[in-house]
Amino acid sequence: MDHSGLADLKPRLVLTGITKRYPSVVANDDISLSVRPGEIHAVLGENGAGKSTLMKIIYGVTKPDAGTIMWNDQYETIAAPSQARRMGIGMVFQHFSLFETLTVWENIALALDEHVPTAQLAARITEVSEKYGLPIDPYRLVHSMSVGERQRVEIVRCLLQEPKLLIMDEPTSVLTPQAVLILFKTLRRLASEGCSILYISHKLDEIRSLCDTATVLRGGRVSGSAIPRNETNESLARLMIGGELAECHLTPREPKEVRLEVERLSLPTPDPFGTSLKDISLTVRSGEILGIAGVSGNGQKELMAALSGERLSTGSMIKLLGQPVGALDPAKRRTVGLTFVPEERLGRGAVPPMSLAYNALLTGARKGMVLNGLIHPSVMRTFSKTVIERFKVKCGGEQSVASSLSGGNLQKYIVGRETMLQPKMMIVAQPTWGVDVGAAQLIRQALIDLRDQGVALLVISEELDELFMISDRLCVLAAGRLSPSVKPAETSIEQIGTWMSGKFGEGENDASTPAASYLEAAHA
Amino acid sequence: MLRLERRATPSSTMSIASPLLAAAGMLVTGFLLFSALGKDPLEAFYLFFIKPLSSTYGIGELLLKTTPLLLCGLGLALGFRANVWNIGAEGQLTMGAIAGGGVALWFGDSDSSFAMPLMLLAGILGGMAWAAIPAFLRTRFNTNEILVTLMLVYIAQLMLSWLVHGPWRDPQGQNYPQSQGFGDAETMSVLINGTRVTWGIVYAVGLALIAWVFSEKTFAGFRMQVAGLAPAAAAYAGFSEKRNIWIALMLCGATAGLAGICEVAGPIGRLQQEISPGYGFAAIIVAWIGRLHPIGVVFGALLMSLLYLGGEAAQMGMGLPSAITGLFQGLLLFYLLAADLFIYFRLKRVGVVESPEPKPAIRVEGAV
Repeated sequence: MDHSGLADLKPRLVLTGITKRYPSVVANDDISLSVRPGEIHAVLGENGAGKSTLMKIIYGVTKPDAGTIMWNDQYETIAAPSQARRMGIGMVFQHFSLFETLTVWENIALALDEHVPTAQLAARITEVSEKYGLPIDPYRLVHSMSVGERQRVEIVRCLLQEPKLLIMDEPTSVLTPQAVLILFKTLRRLASEGCSILYISHKLDEIRSLCDTATVLRGGRVSGSAIPRNETNESLARLMIGGELAECHLTPREPKEVRLEVERLSLPTPDPFGTSLKDISLTVRSGEILGIAGVSGNGQKELMAALSGERLSTGSMIKLLGQPVGALDPAKRRTVGLTFVPEERLGRGAVPPMSLAYNALLTGARKGMVLNGLIHPSVMRTFSKTVIERFKVKCGGEQSVASSLSGGNLQKYIVGRETMLQPKMMIVAQPTWGVDVGAAQLIRQALIDLRDQGVALLVISEELDELFMISDRLCVLAAGRLSPSVKPAETSIEQIGTWMSGKFGEGENDASTPAASYLEAAHA
Repeated sequence: MLRLERRATPSSTMSIASPLLAAAGMLVTGFLLFSALGKDPLEAFYLFFIKPLSSTYGIGELLLKTTPLLLCGLGLALGFRANVWNIGAEGQLTMGAIAGGGVALWFGDSDSSFAMPLMLLAGILGGMAWAAIPAFLRTRFNTNEILVTLMLVYIAQLMLSWLVHGPWRDPQGQNYPQSQGFGDAETMSVLINGTRVTWGIVYAVGLALIAWVFSEKTFAGFRMQVAGLAPAAAAYAGFSEKRNIWIALMLCGATAGLAGICEVAGPIGRLQQEISPGYGFAAIIVAWIGRLHPIGVVFGALLMSLLYLGGEAAQMGMGLPSAITGLFQGLLLFYLLAADLFIYFRLKRVGVVESPEPKPAIRVEGAV
């Protein structure tokens, strides 16, 4: 029970001079911020700006090297998440921590610090989830739930403890646009009841529509604070990246011959919690970008594996430049003209402890880097240097090890390497995931340049804005099935959102709202 | 307060210093141990580490024991780099000895100059055949190669035992479980007069150089290393996992098999029940001490060989039990694994974050 209900103007949480150093980076440098009761406070920043570290400090997961935390006017040292929970702080992590083989109530019971009888707990779950517009069935098994529903479990888990402060770490990255609206309603209701909310995100539209105040982080420091409603995306972006947002342009052009053809591809998954691909058909032509939207876990991984050759399929379901490649391994598909940028950079797209030069050899062997089975170091290094130059990769040269690069720079290197192998067909998964805004624009432009040179591209991404920006055609992967494709100009975020929940071929007639305004419309 | 903290990048200095630290740790512990046993530690160290090297014969013995350790260590190191955990070099060595020894017995008293090359070839093929079993099971049925290679060690040893007790037993051997002695043409010639060291050490060092070129300069070596460091990257690049497993096990089978035939055609001169004091297992430590690098393995094998010799000398000179060799091997591996932690971590002094005011007890909010 909150006995300080009247002191609305007194901050509930005050951070002063929080500093956290890691061996290679200062994650938080002298950060101060304060949150009042009932305030939705955005913490805005690019990937690597220090948002998550700061939240972990508040939640007691990480200890700061310096600085103080004041909670309800008292200095506190938060030693563990259990202590944070007792104080009334709840956190919903970006990556969920649920046991898939257990039911909702079992998962929640495990996280509670005290024992509550099953029936009582189930009733509480139903009551709280319905009160906040996030209905969930306490007896359902988690593995049967969508990502959005799993997030509800995490939120309800926090709400059961009646938090005074709720921390949400990038909550919308796993949601369809419709589910985002429901979440926002819940958060506003919570705030109206006096709960403070720390909302971490790098999505400017969301922050402008939801949050009362914003603290912007850049490179581990506070670069400014703002009232998001009074700002534009551009002004917030300036605070966030310290410069202007670059634009990329997609000039319409007529696609040519078919490069990749997938016909009625069905692949059962060997992983009991994976997604089976069902009856997928698509074509990608020379000089076009096909974007595949959808929330992760709907078959993206499986589709990538089937297209790259890491998983083989039978006969002619997959054709590359007219040639059936379903039974060919990744190396053979590469010789046909396929290159491929995986979602996972370190450990899949690059070998972490090897130098960039050797990482060029990983997929570039047939570009003269190997002669009679012997490695040709000078060719390898020259290739690597060219990639570094052309894609502005910040690193200590081609001898730096891959793991020493930041995520964005490594991604630039991998995209650059796959581009320089002169593909006929290129497949890219999550091209800008975890990449800062500047690098993201460079990568998107590189993909568009490739398209303009006549390469066929398939881009799988969770970022709808990105797909609307760079795709010639768009489709949605939901529960292992692929929607029909549409031109971005002829669809809307709502329609794509409906498709993301697996409903194809219905509700397509109300695609009239312009794409960008769905948050504003909902807020009005 | 000290705390372990992950390093931003693995320390290359520590990676080289670690085996040296491990050797130092082994010596210090050995010192304490000898003192506790009431032996003069300095005398024990002299017997253990200096005396074996003070004569030409001693050096010869060192190189002689280095040979199988180096050969097995090379094969294992190449496999370990590729995440193929073959721990059955001992069995592959035994099978190499059986196959090569069988050829020697078949030639009998012949002085054919084909005998020795064929024996070496048979030894290599014998080891490879034995390593092919886990390779097949792993690639076909996804069987764990650690278990399969280990169990095959005992099968190979029992097979050798059966052969020398049964069909291959020397009729004139007074029922000892051993074969006929090999003829001159079936015995490897001695490299240095006055010692027992054979041409085997030359083959082993030559193979170390070849292994170095293979692992550092060839695309096949690169593929194996990628498979070891980042299996997902190997799959992404399209390097076949099966081919990688086969190459790793075949290489080790070949070198271990060669080690086996070099032993029976060298110092032993016949097939008998015991042909190796655990060289194939000690070679696992050799591979790690040598940082899985072919040139490093040469030094690792020399050190391990010295431990064998020193152990024997300490047994004879001071009446210490034979377990002393195994003890020192164990200490070395133990300290090596401990020191290896600091390749990826470092110790950091941590300050405690102080509140500027005395901290009140936490007020627990009323429950629901």
